[in-house]
Formats: sequence, C-alpha cells, structure tokens
Amino acid sequence: MTIALDGVGYRYAGATSPALLDIDLELRDGEVVGLAGASEAGKSTLCLVVSGLAPRTVGGQIRGRITLDGEDVDAWPMHRLSQRIAIGFQNPSTQLSQVTDSVFEEVAFGPMNLALPREEVAARTWAALETLRIDALAERDPRRLSGGQQQLVAIAGLLAMRPAHLVLDEPTAQLDPAGTHLVAEAITRLARDGVSILVAEQKVDLLAAICSRVFVLDGGRVVLDGWADEVLADRRLAEFGVMELSTVQLSRAAAASGVAGDRLERALHA
Amino acid sequence: MPELAVEGLVHVYRQSAVRALDGVDLHIAAGERVALVGQNGSGKTTLVRHLNGLLRPSEGRVTVDGTDASGMTVAQLASTVGLVFQDPDRQIFAGSVRAEVEFGPRNLGRSGPDLRSAVSHALAATGVAAYERANPYDLGQSRRKLLALASVLAMRTPVLVLDEPTTGQDARGVARVRAVIGEVSSEGRTVIAISHDMRFVSEAFERVVVMRGGRVVLDGPPSLVFAVSAWDALRSTYLEPPLAAIVGDRLGLGSTPTDAALVDRLGGR
Repeated sequence: MTIALDGVGYRYAGATSPALLDIDLELRDGEVVGLAGASEAGKSTLCLVVSGLAPRTVGGQIRGRITLDGEDVDAWPMHRLSQRIAIGFQNPSTQLSQVTDSVFEEVAFGPMNLALPREEVAARTWAALETLRIDALAERDPRRLSGGQQQLVAIAGLLAMRPAHLVLDEPTAQLDPAGTHLVAEAITRLARDGVSILVAEQKVDLLAAICSRVFVLDGGRVVLDGWADEVLADRRLAEFGVMELSTVQLSRAAAASGVAGDRLERALHA
Repeated sequence: MPELAVEGLVHVYRQSAVRALDGVDLHIAAGERVALVGQNGSGKTTLVRHLNGLLRPSEGRVTVDGTDASGMTVAQLASTVGLVFQDPDRQIFAGSVRAEVEFGPRNLGRSGPDLRSAVSHALAATGVAAYERANPYDLGQSRRKLLALASVLAMRTPVLVLDEPTTGQDARGVARVRAVIGEVSSEGRTVIAISHDMRFVSEAFERVVVMRGGRVVLDGPPSLVFAVSAWDALRSTYLEPPLAAIVGDRLGLGSTPTDAALVDRLGGR
C-alpha cells in the first residue's frame, strides 16, 4: 500500500461547505485507480489533496489522515512531498512553466530542479518526449503549440520527473484519439514499473481500459467504488452525472428498441 | 444568413514558420451543422480563426456572402461569426458572470430589454444562470467553459464556431452543448465545431470535415465519412470511427454512424 486516505475531509478557505467529506481511499504500488464524477463533484479537489497541494499551497482546512508508504505526511512540507508525488493539472497552461523557450527545456525543467547530472536530465527528457512521440517538437516554443500538443508536453514533463506516485487530473481532455492512446500506454507502462497512479477523467472508455478500480464522487463524497468493470456498468452512473461506456449506451439503446440480442452483444465485444 | 467560402487558404505562422494550413477549400452554406475533426496540430483551430479575422491568410482568401473578409475588420466579422475558444481562460475577463455575457452583445450595440433578454437566454441555455453574480473564476473549469459559450451565444451571430465544446464536460454538460447546437441550428444559423469525440460528431452534425497536415482529406455526411470505405483515410489521421459504425460493419449492416442508425438497421428499418 502506498497512498492511503483515512476519513479525509477538506474545505477551501472562505467556503461555507466542505468540498470533500469522509474520503477513504487506498492506492497500491503499480495500481491505476480512476476517479469519475460530474463537474464539481470534487475530483480536482481530491487530486489537489492527494498531491498535498491542498492545503499546503492552496490553503483551506483538512481533516483525517493521509499516509504515504506508511508515514503520516501531515507535517511534511510541499518540497518533500513533491519529490514523491507529481500532479498533472487539467489545463496545460497552468502546468507549463511559461519561462522556457523550447519544448526540450520545458520537459527538462523538472528533472533539472532535482539537481540531477546533466546527462541524466537529457536522457530522461528525450525518453519522455519519445514516449509521447513529440520529440519532433523539441525545438518549438511551448507557448506556440496547439492545446493538445501542450497537454502532451505537460505530461512529458511529469514523466521526466520519474515520480513514485502520480496524480493526473483529466490528462487527455484536449487530446485527439492518438494522443489519448499514447497517454494511456504511458500510464499502463508506469504502473507496470510500480508507480501508483490516480487518474480523474470524464472519458469513461479510457478509465475502463487502464484502471483496475474506479471511485465515483458526488457532492464531495465517494458514492461508488470497486472494480472498474463493475462500477462503470452501474446503472446509477447517469444519476451521478457520469457518461456511460460506449458499449453500455449502445446495448441500452438496442434494448430500449427491443432489438438487443446475442448477435449484437457478440459484435460489441468482438 | 451568410455563406462562408474558404479558397486556397494557406497559413504560415510567422514566428515558427510552421505551415499550419496548406491549401484549404471549403464552402459552408447558411444553416449547415459542420464538425471539423483531425489530429492535434492538423490546422483545425488555425482554420476557424480565419473565419472571424483573428488570423489573416498568408495565401488564398475567406469570403462571407461573397465579400472578401480581408476587407472587413475583426469588429465587422465579429457581428457575423462568433468564436468560442477552446480554453475559456483566454476569453473570460469580466468581474461577474452576467457582465461577461453582456460584453459581446453590448459591443454589437444591443441595450435595454433586448440586451437583457439575449443575456438571460444565453445564461439559461448553458445552465450558468444560477451563478450570474459570481466571479467567473469562482466557477469550475467546465462551468467556465459553458460561460464562454454563453458569452458568444448572447451575441446571436448568424455563425457560431465552437472549438472543442465538450472537452472536460460531464454527461449533463455534453447534453447542454448538444441542446444549444440544436437550438441555434433550428433557427437557421450555422454551427461549426471542432471535436475529437466521434460519437458526439456523428450524432450532432450533418457534415464532417476531416483535416490532416493542414488540408481537408474527407468531407461529407457522417454516413459517408464513417463508412468502411473511408476508414483508411480516417485512420491515416489516427481517428477511429464511432463504436456504432464498427459494430454495424461487424454485423454486415452497412454504414451505421450512430447508435440510432444501428438500432434502426437491427430492427430491419
């Protein structure tokens, strides 16, 4: 077990009601856990809390207990936590440093700040760029890329940090299907290497493909949790504002018209 | 209602020398519902930014009802073509949600009850009416994106251009965006949207334009663009047809780009 939240609640500074309530969550080594939920259900807040940015940088009040590899992190300063957990934000323009002039420098920015040897920084940077197939963009100005390309650059920056734990808040929101596929592959590979990963996403088809377990949030509470395939087929998803899997939508449309059958089910899952 | 024509459009970004558009020809009739799809960096955003004059052609031209857009100011074009950015934070600047939505129509000269009704309608259609007094930056990212849509919707332009409108939206947000597109379209206005969501594209649009490397490689109704005969071209730009199209092919039912089309064929209709 690597990351554990026990009865965690969180309230933003100045807010009258809590954004998160009674969250129990465990993330084991090499596991990819998905976070689903309607907008403002608390997914991004939970990402901030797990990464430690809330309350350390964001402010606000936290309750409950968070442990990392068995140690209570309550007293840990942000710089200590950030060497173990990396977070990728929803909007790449929040993530990018805005101070570098090339994609290469941008991706190298994190490992450089870990005071690694120059060759190690360069090797990690090229590896991250190649993983997401953006090595051809190395010389480009990160501020002058398309939204999707910026998102890949931001994720490459995280990969180059080689974190033990990774939190990703809608990492593929602006990506095309090919970019989404590359990010999914990168996540799966990291998990195989033992990294534990928490991913918040609206794309449930993606969560089904990469997660072992899924938590669904509604109004700051966990309302469903369990194995990904079971949670993502739950009939209550719509009630919680979560999109249903493409396969489920199609089966239900067919059932509603009375044309469902084995032939369709076999074709759906071929 | 205007007809848009893009002829031999080339755009080379001066700073990077990147040739983002490499000869695009596109005619969009008044009232069409057109989805623009393709890989990140294929030129979709660059193309739509020419429609309201934010970018000017390096070669070729854009005409609005036969008039060359190069002779029109951004302000003139803005009353015809409303563009909603992909990133709402590049667009939002006012101190309250209502003030944000008022800015556009006020600039087009609306005032009094006319302004109030345009603003209230846009706030309601996008589901942000309850937050009209809030600071836009107190809204979450996805609601801020709906606010950016409201602020352009309130201008009631004959052409509405949406850059990735469903990105980051939950099921209810996607349903709102679809309802807005349906309403705007039913009034005979043109809707052009960039999207990576093929299910949304096939269900909400009557025409799909596929771009690759700054050019148009496919252009037609969803039943053609997502038909098996077009899959190679589609996959050359790393797009996958919607699930319904794939399942329809496995069952030998012909081109079924939407769940509804597939269910109809299964039922022998």
